Amino acid sequence: MLERLRNMLIKEFIQVFRDPRMRMVIFVIPCFQMLVIGYAVSTDVKHVRTAVYDLDESRQSRDLVAAFSRSGYFDVVEHIADERRIREILDRGEATAVLRLQHGFAGDLLAGRTAELQVLVDGTDSNTANIVLGYAVKIAQAYSEKMLVRRFERRLGAIRIPGRIELESRAWFNENLESRNFYVPGVLVIIVTLMTLLLTSMSVVREKEIGTMEQIMVTPITPVEFILGKTVPFAIIGYAVVFLVTSIAVFWFEVPMRGNFGTLLFGAGLYILTMLGAGLFISTISGTQQQAMISTFFFFFPAMLLSGFAFPIANMPEPVQWLTLVNPLRYFLIIIRAIFLKGVGLEILWPNFLALGLMAATMLTLSVRRFHKTL
Amino acid sequence: MMNTATNAVVVENLEKRFGGFVAVNRVSFEVAKGEIFGFLGPNGAGKSTTIRMLCGILAPTAGRGVVAGYDIYTQSEKIKANIGYMSQKFSLYQDLTVEENINFYSGIYCIPAELKEERKNWVLEMAGLREHRRRPTALLSGGWKQRLALGCAILHQPPIVFLDEPTSGVDPISRRAFWDLIYDLSGRGVTVFVTTHYMDEAEYCDRLGLIYRGELVALGEPERLKRDLMAEDVLEVLCEHPETAMGEIEQLPGVKEAALFGRGLHVVATDGEAAAGEIGELLARSGRRIERIEKIVPSLEDVFVSLIEARDRAEQPQAEVKR
Repeated sequence: MLERLRNMLIKEFIQVFRDPRMRMVIFVIPCFQMLVIGYAVSTDVKHVRTAVYDLDESRQSRDLVAAFSRSGYFDVVEHIADERRIREILDRGEATAVLRLQHGFAGDLLAGRTAELQVLVDGTDSNTANIVLGYAVKIAQAYSEKMLVRRFERRLGAIRIPGRIELESRAWFNENLESRNFYVPGVLVIIVTLMTLLLTSMSVVREKEIGTMEQIMVTPITPVEFILGKTVPFAIIGYAVVFLVTSIAVFWFEVPMRGNFGTLLFGAGLYILTMLGAGLFISTISGTQQQAMISTFFFFFPAMLLSGFAFPIANMPEPVQWLTLVNPLRYFLIIIRAIFLKGVGLEILWPNFLALGLMAATMLTLSVRRFHKTL
Repeated sequence: MMNTATNAVVVENLEKRFGGFVAVNRVSFEVAKGEIFGFLGPNGAGKSTTIRMLCGILAPTAGRGVVAGYDIYTQSEKIKANIGYMSQKFSLYQDLTVEENINFYSGIYCIPAELKEERKNWVLEMAGLREHRRRPTALLSGGWKQRLALGCAILHQPPIVFLDEPTSGVDPISRRAFWDLIYDLSGRGVTVFVTTHYMDEAEYCDRLGLIYRGELVALGEPERLKRDLMAEDVLEVLCEHPETAMGEIEQLPGVKEAALFGRGLHVVATDGEAAAGEIGELLARSGRRIERIEKIVPSLEDVFVSLIEARDRAEQPQAEVKR
C-alpha cells in the first residue's frame, strides 16, 4: 500500500517538476497573477478625470472647482471653452465627469439665491458613476454649508448653528474602506481554486489520453492508492500556492492578517480537498484534456460569479442565493476574509468550516466511487 | 468442463457488446501453459477487446473466462498480479527516464526491495538499454520503447503475458529482436498471448486463433491450419506481365481468385491440376513466357484471406434478408 503510494508520489513530483512549463504554471504564474490582479482589482474611485466648463469665471466658481480638485477624487484635466466640447470629451472618454457652472453663479450666490452646479457623468459604468455623483454631492454640500455659515456670520457675528446632526462614521475591519483589502483575499481564493482544480483534472485525464492509464489499470494498484497518488501531490502544491499568495497579500499589499494563520491553513486544507474532489470528478467524466478544460471552466465561472467574490450574494434573487449554498467558494471566501480582516476564528466561522468539510467529503466519496479500474 | 490445470487461459462463449454492436461474439478457446498463442485478425476484429476482458480492465457482457486460474469476473485483481500486459499504444511515461519508469513499475508491483536492483538490471540488459538508462523515454526509438514496455510488464515475472500488437510500427530488425525475447520468455515457461496482423509473425506462434468481426473463425497450429482449412488448391504462377495475366486467369472456369504475390501470382482453384493445365494454355496463347506453374502449400495469408472471404460470402445473403 505505502510502497505503491510512495512510488506514485515520486512519479507525480518528477513529472510536475521536470517540465519547465509546469514549474512556471505552479510558482511563477500565481505570484504574477496575484501582483497584477491585486493592483487591478479595485473598485475605489479616485482621480476621476474631470473637465470644467466654467461660464462664470468668478472667484466663487473657481473656489468651488478648487474644492473638487482638493478632495483628491477629481483631477481637473481640461478647462472647456466651447459647449460642443462637452459632448466630445465624454464620447472620447477623455474625461468621466464634467462640471458646468452657468454664467451668474457668483451673482446668485452673493444675492442669496440658489446657485446651480451641473455635474455630467459618463454613466456607462453605473457603479463608478454613482460613486462619482456621491462624491460630487458631498463636496457641493460642504461648500454650500460653508457659504451658509459665512453668510450668517457676516450678518450675526460668530454663532453656533443649533440642531444639526453630525454623522460620525467608522468602518470596522477595513478602516479606510480600501477595496483592495476586500479583493486581495478573494483573488487568493480564485488562484488556489483554478490551480488545484485544473492540475488534478488534467493530470488524471492526461494519463487516460496518452494510454498510461490503461497500463496502470492492469497492475494490482487499488483505486484508493491511485487516487491518493493523484491528489496528495496537488494538495501539497495547493498549500504551497496558498503560502506564496498569502505572503504576497500580507507583505506586498499589506492586507492585515488579524486572525490565526493556522485556522486559515485548516480552512484552506478543507477547501483544497473539495477542489481535488471536484477535479477528480471532472476527470472521471472527461476523456480528453480539452474536455477536462472545458468542464473545469463550466464549473469555475458560475462558481466564481456566484461566490460573493465581486457581487454581493445579498443582491442576488432568492433562488440564486439558495444555489450559492452549495458553492464551496462562498464558504472559503467568507472564511478567508473573516480571518484576514476581522480576525475571528472557529468560534464564529464553524458553520462555514462544517459546510466545506461536508463538501470535501461528498466530492471525494463521489469521485472515488465513480473511479473504477475498468475502461 | 473447463480445464484450468494445464491451461493458462480458458474462455467459453465470451461476449462483449457495446450498445447494439457486438465486438466479441461468443468466443471460446484455450491457451496451454507455456504456449505462444497468436491472436490474428484485421483491425477492429475484436482482438484488443478480448485481451482487455482477459486482463480484467473491461467487463464482459456474457460468457466465462479463467486466466491464471482466476475468474475474470470476480478475481480480476488476482489476475492483475499474475499477468503482464503491453497495450497497443506505447504507454510508459515519456517524460520519465528509462530507469524511472522501471523503478515506478517495480514499486507498483511491490517487488521486494532486495530484488529490485537485480530485476532492473535484467530488464535493462534484456532491452539493451543499459547505456540509455538515464535517457528520457520519449527520446528512445520505436524498437527500444517496445522492449522497455515489455520489460516493465514482466518485472514481476508473471506466468502469463498479454501483448497487444507489440510490434506495430517497428522496423523489421527490431521486430525480429522482439520475437527473440518472446521465444526467450516462452522458453522460461511463460505463456505468451500475442495479437498481430503480421502474417510472418503468425508463423512463429505455437497456435493461432483467427478472429474476424468478433467471431473466432479458425483455431489451431499454423501447419494444421494451412493443411486442413483450405478446401482449394493454391498455384504459384511465375510468368511475364503477371499484372495483366491476372484478369484473364480469373476468368477461367474453376479459378476462384488470382492475386499478385511477390513477383508472380497466387491462384486459388478448386482443382489445382486441371487449373494448372488451363493456365498454361492461356498464357501460351497470349504469348507470355512461363517460368513456373506449381502447386504450393498455401501461406497463412492465403488461408486467412480465403476463410474471411468465405465468411463474407456467407454473410452477404443474410445481411440482405435482414434489410
